[in-house]
Amino acid sequence: MANLTLVQAVNDGLATVMRDDPSVIVFGEDVGPKGGVFLATENLTKEFGEQRCFDTPLSEDGIIGTAIGMAMNGLRPVAEIQFQDFIFPAFDQIVSEAAKLRYRSGGQYTAPMVIRTPYGGGIRGGLYHSQSGEAYFCHTPGLKVVIPSTPHDAKGLLIAAIQDPDPVLFMEPKALYRSVKGEVPEGLYTVDLSTLRTVQAGDDVTVFCYGAMVPVAMKAAAKAAEQGIGVHVVDLRTLLPLDEEGVLEAAKRTGRVVVVHEAPRFCGYGSEISALIAENVIEYMEAPVKRVTGFDTPFPNTLEHHYMPDERRVLDAIEQVHSF
Amino acid sequence: MTALTRVIDPKGAVVGSLPQLDDERLVGLLTHMLRVRCVDQRMLKLQRAGRVGFVGTARGLEAAMIGSAAALATDDWLWSGLREGGAAVMRGLPLAEYVAQMYCNANDTAKGRQMCNHFQHKGSHYPSWSSVIGTQIPHGVGAAYAAKVQGKREVHAIYFGDGASSSNGFHSGMNFAGVWKAPCVFVLVDNGWAISVSSREQTAAESYADKGLAYGIPAREVDGNDVLASYAAMQSARERALAGEGPSLIVLKTYRMLGHSSSDDPSKYRSEAEVAAWEALDPIERFAAFLTERGLADAGTVERLEAQLFAEIDAVVHEQEAAPPMALKTLVEDVYADVPRHLRRQYNEFLRVAEVHGDAQPGDGAFPL
Ligand SMILES: Cc1ncc(C[n+]2csc(CCOP(=O)(O)OP(=O)(O)O)c2C)c(N)n1
Ligand SMILES: [Mg+2]
Repeated sequence: MANLTLVQAVNDGLATVMRDDPSVIVFGEDVGPKGGVFLATENLTKEFGEQRCFDTPLSEDGIIGTAIGMAMNGLRPVAEIQFQDFIFPAFDQIVSEAAKLRYRSGGQYTAPMVIRTPYGGGIRGGLYHSQSGEAYFCHTPGLKVVIPSTPHDAKGLLIAAIQDPDPVLFMEPKALYRSVKGEVPEGLYTVDLSTLRTVQAGDDVTVFCYGAMVPVAMKAAAKAAEQGIGVHVVDLRTLLPLDEEGVLEAAKRTGRVVVVHEAPRFCGYGSEISALIAENVIEYMEAPVKRVTGFDTPFPNTLEHHYMPDERRVLDAIEQVHSF
Repeated sequence: MTALTRVIDPKGAVVGSLPQLDDERLVGLLTHMLRVRCVDQRMLKLQRAGRVGFVGTARGLEAAMIGSAAALATDDWLWSGLREGGAAVMRGLPLAEYVAQMYCNANDTAKGRQMCNHFQHKGSHYPSWSSVIGTQIPHGVGAAYAAKVQGKREVHAIYFGDGASSSNGFHSGMNFAGVWKAPCVFVLVDNGWAISVSSREQTAAESYADKGLAYGIPAREVDGNDVLASYAAMQSARERALAGEGPSLIVLKTYRMLGHSSSDDPSKYRSEAEVAAWEALDPIERFAAFLTERGLADAGTVERLEAQLFAEIDAVVHEQEAAPPMALKTLVEDVYADVPRHLRRQYNEFLRVAEVHGDAQPGDGAFPL
């Protein structure tokens, strides 16, 4: 076991899987000698050489398009998109090509690849260094979408994603890169790509969250505990495929649900959780599901702390569903 | 491919034909370049002091930016790629607005929504870049096309970096402009680096000017540390565009002297020797030597100008330190022409919690539903 930050765990995950499988290669903008703008790929070029960890020209479309071809022909590409905000030039390659290749070829061709990308607010990055675009990709059959919130999960989920036979979008909460630390096992291990994680058990209100919202929900849960409200906190961590049974069980447990994400609300991931509950376990519900989300606006800069759900807004929602 | 175009050599000696600029304008160019450098220096200091979040400087690029933009007319547009804030100041962006943008405060014309270094100035036709590299290139082409079909006598100067030349926007923009003979000038600032990727790794083409050929766009490579060559290149490309002959590509070869931004450590990917070699080609020293030779400057000129500029900048910074808080309503305004009902509701719900915690200011009140 080593005590690592989340970004160190990503780095460790990449190095571990590269040692294990020579077909794994890492590429993207500035991932080589610089080691990535957040240092997620630090020292990989040094350890594995320029053939296996290298910089590309500045084209996300080129990065993802070529990754698909590599994956079709025997490599296991792990492509980095420097900020999730810059993934959209590659949207076509991800949505039209990577996600549909297996289906349109009747399973003859596949694209086992990972797209790693930091997402989310909290670093004063303004409109284009802060977005959470998970909903666009969760709406795309053929993709898997993963968001870790702990160093342990970051490494285990990343290795599972790289070994997975299908394309995986691996979104890393950049606000947590250095702010969380935890025990990370050495060597190769995986975390299942379709099971949620119960962060803490509670019997009064269930909070569903993921990524950088997990610590926010935990802070709100601690405040709620002071008022005697027991909060059941669930880290969804694999948004697609979703652990539907796990979600329904956690919802039934308390009958009172809050969903938290920093992405905008309209057609956001919270809508799916809310609909799933309404369709399947409405008879267990004691209160309407409440969503705490970013505004339905672009991401601001100076006022980002008001845009992002904070512990106060989450606590307010917990109190509302609790007293309903 | 033609060799690097130059008007003055690195020692400041005249080696090409001088553009028609009177003495006052020549000295003006030095002042504008120095202002860019002084503003950068001050912003870096404020960044280290935690007053400003992030700085991407133009150190080393002053001649490329100022020289080329100085050849534009008032009605022309400048489409920024990233580092052209200093050119905007020369063309009319008030320094106070520049600093307000760096502070992202309530005086910022973009209402503190963009991160630092995303300036705009409608008065001098300077839209801000978004952050997404290369996207402004087709915008500039479309605007140039609009000027052409409406008979407006204006040229659109589209700036971008060596890195951006790999973007989809570069390809589409160049291709459309060539087909449409759009009145625009592509200004590719080859500053050696796109963060940590060197401009030699960005393309297999021997010269960035080669890229013009494929689109039927004449291109030339210019010494971007030569302010007069940069000026002359823009001047002739602009005349060509106005004459209806279509777009040109100017490649300004220069060097980004500092890190990509205040968050970057360039020692990880480039050598000190490379930086030192370019330091010796400093665009400001070179032009000051030229002016001195012509009797328009003396040994103390740069120092005197710097003192004046720092006084000007510091006064503006002082003013901007005292900006009022950002109005909370800006969170939901400008998404659409009117604030729609669902956003008014989201804001009111947010305000209820903010008020409990004393975050709201007078004027932050709820929207009528
Ligand atoms: C589409 C996109 N991808 C990646 C980035 C991150 N990024 C910001 S600036 C930059 C390098 C730009 O290099 P260049 O075009 O040469 O401009 P310079 O910084 O040298 O002025 C990169 C990769 C971005 N902003 N947009
Ligand atoms: Mg560059």
